[in-house]
Amino acid sequence: MSVFSEVPQAAPVAVFKLTADFREDTDPRKVNLGVGAYRTDDCQPWVLPVVKKVEKIIVEDQSLNHEYLPILGLPEFRCSASKIALGEESPAIKEKRVGGVQCLGGTGALKVGAEYLRRWYNGNNNTGTPVYVSTPTWENHNGVFVDAGFQDIRTYRYWEPEKRGLALGGFLADLENAPERSIIVLHACAHNPTGTDPTQQEWMQIADVMKRRSLFPFFDSAYQGFASGSLEKDAWAVRYFVSQGFEIFCAQSFSKNFGLYNERVGNLTVVANDGENLARVLSQMEKIVRTTWSNPPSQGARLVAVTLTTPELFEEWKGNVKTMADRVLLMRAQLKAKLQGLGTPGTWDHITQQIGMFSFTGLNPKQVEFLIKEKHVYLMASGRINMCGLTSKNIDYVAESIHEAVTKIQ
Amino acid sequence: MALLKSGKFVSSLGAYSPYMGVLPIRASSWWSEVQMGPPDPILGVTEAFKRDTNPKKMNLGVGAYRDDQGKPYVLHCVRKAEALIAEKKLDKEYLPIGGHGEFNKACAELALGPESEVLKSGRSITVQTISGTGSLRIGANYLSRFHTVARDVYLPKPSWGNHTPIFRDAGLQLKAYSYYDPKTCGFDFKGALDDISKIPEKSIIMLHACAHNPTGVDPRQEQWKEISELVKKRNLLPFFDMAYQGFASGDIDRDAWAVRYFIEQGHNVLLSQSFAKNMGLYGERVGGFTVVCKDAEEAKRVESQLKILIRPIYSNPPMNGARIAATILNTPELRKEWLQEVNSMASRIIKMREQLVANLKKEGSTHNWQHVTDQIGMFCFTGLKPEQVERLTKEYSVYMTKDGRISVAGVTSGNVAYLAHGIHTVTK
Repeated sequence: MSVFSEVPQAAPVAVFKLTADFREDTDPRKVNLGVGAYRTDDCQPWVLPVVKKVEKIIVEDQSLNHEYLPILGLPEFRCSASKIALGEESPAIKEKRVGGVQCLGGTGALKVGAEYLRRWYNGNNNTGTPVYVSTPTWENHNGVFVDAGFQDIRTYRYWEPEKRGLALGGFLADLENAPERSIIVLHACAHNPTGTDPTQQEWMQIADVMKRRSLFPFFDSAYQGFASGSLEKDAWAVRYFVSQGFEIFCAQSFSKNFGLYNERVGNLTVVANDGENLARVLSQMEKIVRTTWSNPPSQGARLVAVTLTTPELFEEWKGNVKTMADRVLLMRAQLKAKLQGLGTPGTWDHITQQIGMFSFTGLNPKQVEFLIKEKHVYLMASGRINMCGLTSKNIDYVAESIHEAVTKIQ
Repeated sequence: MALLKSGKFVSSLGAYSPYMGVLPIRASSWWSEVQMGPPDPILGVTEAFKRDTNPKKMNLGVGAYRDDQGKPYVLHCVRKAEALIAEKKLDKEYLPIGGHGEFNKACAELALGPESEVLKSGRSITVQTISGTGSLRIGANYLSRFHTVARDVYLPKPSWGNHTPIFRDAGLQLKAYSYYDPKTCGFDFKGALDDISKIPEKSIIMLHACAHNPTGVDPRQEQWKEISELVKKRNLLPFFDMAYQGFASGDIDRDAWAVRYFIEQGHNVLLSQSFAKNMGLYGERVGGFTVVCKDAEEAKRVESQLKILIRPIYSNPPMNGARIAATILNTPELRKEWLQEVNSMASRIIKMREQLVANLKKEGSTHNWQHVTDQIGMFCFTGLKPEQVERLTKEYSVYMTKDGRISVAGVTSGNVAYLAHGIHTVTK
């Protein structure tokens, strides 16, 4: 007899299962276009040169210890991370109404923000506040908000399969019809999984509706710098909303742009209308953190803080980020060129129009299955590919495989 | 304007402004009604300590080990492990949701013992967690979702302050069983047995594996045996919190005795482990959560559900501390060195207990201070009342929690006399 006899086997998380299957595959041609982690042209993980440098500094600094960080995290990290999101000259920062909470990666930042909103937003413990996520979105968005207690997760239109672009009309209409005070989860840049971002003009329209409808912007910023290669450009939407007077949350991840995936480095930036409100918000977030992880891990935050606050290292980091972004842009250009060269049916402009790590190819589930099973090219069932998985050595094989999939399978 | 329709926003604007009609969104906030959260009772002590300018101030609040100079201590084996790891030039790819495999295995072995039948049969699952707090929270969330037969968690009275909000936030109810006897400053064995015998079947009972926090009072082995028997009789689910393995007696096997005994007796326990104190890895957040199951098949099912619980909180755990811990546990010379260092930390604490009592006697205190040396681990429940604690803080800048708990780790040969003087003054 066991207390756990009734515990059912849970389905594995899709993206990790894909990688597990890829690992077991013995075919030498195999390509992993699944999980979102950067790879070099040799298909290797890349520890940023600046990170190696700073790690060495930290390991050799005998004055550093492993003491607990404060509940809200390393102060220099929180401060410099929020500055990255909002800009050095941010009026909101100057007005002292911006705060950060160091969290366990982008997921952790979303979690703390979601928990806070469920307890303190739109009344007390209002689990009925609608939360809107894009269709499609990162699959864990749903999980985070449901786990935080929200009972009404809705979607806003986002990806238009026929035009392989942004469903702006539908997006704006869904915002227009959202109940006032709904929470809207927005991808700051490099939308996951589609790679399709609104233009600046489109962001202005989105902000306009959200202001009129009193909707709450919760930004997910996991790719700042990674999308265009420019930190400022990738933060434009977040900064625009702040300039329009919104109070926002912005969940920042340093997993990709610092390559610090397993150190779990994230920051929840909170912009409030004034310092007094901000202080109360942060005090309540402390309570949430205390019963979830007590205080955050020190290593990754130290790395980021030292890098961001040391001018030469900061420049070096920006260079490393641009290296990654540029390689992705190159792969995009080459994949499109090859598909066009092969005469693959359909248009492939979206591959270079989309931005960031991912591309929504438009391949259907049957074509995806063919690619995985017959060609050993692993991608998500949605047709999402990670451009980082492409290299000069495998791009021909991948292009040919896609060509085959599209011509053989409808 | 939507804002005007909400009474909440109108009231937050205070006096009516003639410009209300064109008030920009910035004038009012979504957070106007949010109260200021009270400071954390334990971590808040350190914050108050930091603000104090008295050169003689002592921080006996949070349980972080200090050397005899009152400084944080980074274990030598930790520095060595870090150097080894740096040489390997490893990547930073995401860990699996359940964490670092080598760490999980070593963590389980440390607690259960390498000869454990549980480990040999594969009928347990250990996941890497964000130190002890993260482990307890995952455990609490797991119980909340899957232990639907009972919603009550029984904590010893008193228990670590953060236990209650952790379980509560996970949706469980808190109850208590007698544990500490303020008259003896020792274990209320009879009271504990009485209370446990009345706990409804299938309820969850939280047990501190060793070095009870905050009292430092642990059951003796014969007492643990009776508790185990009673827990079995009442069909309760034991959840062990082991945050001080090695730190209590200086011997890791001795400190894990209760956990191992319960398992031998057939209890399929839940276990939270922390490496914050025994490896000094506080800020790296290293911990494990273990569920002992009926068989390997059940363990697989439980594992899959733990992953589902972890993913929406933080996706996967941090690598750095787990790598250090795994390296230490799995490298023979480092493991040996670690065991010696844990032993020295525990010994220094035992010595400070002895010196505190000796100094109190020297001060002329007529109270019985035996509990100070009877108690074990980082903490000592002095028996001081809140008013006495307040005086000790105000007049001597000695910072501790209101319940009279001191972290003996914060006592040094340099300040023990001062502390004894302060305690004597407020208790005479």
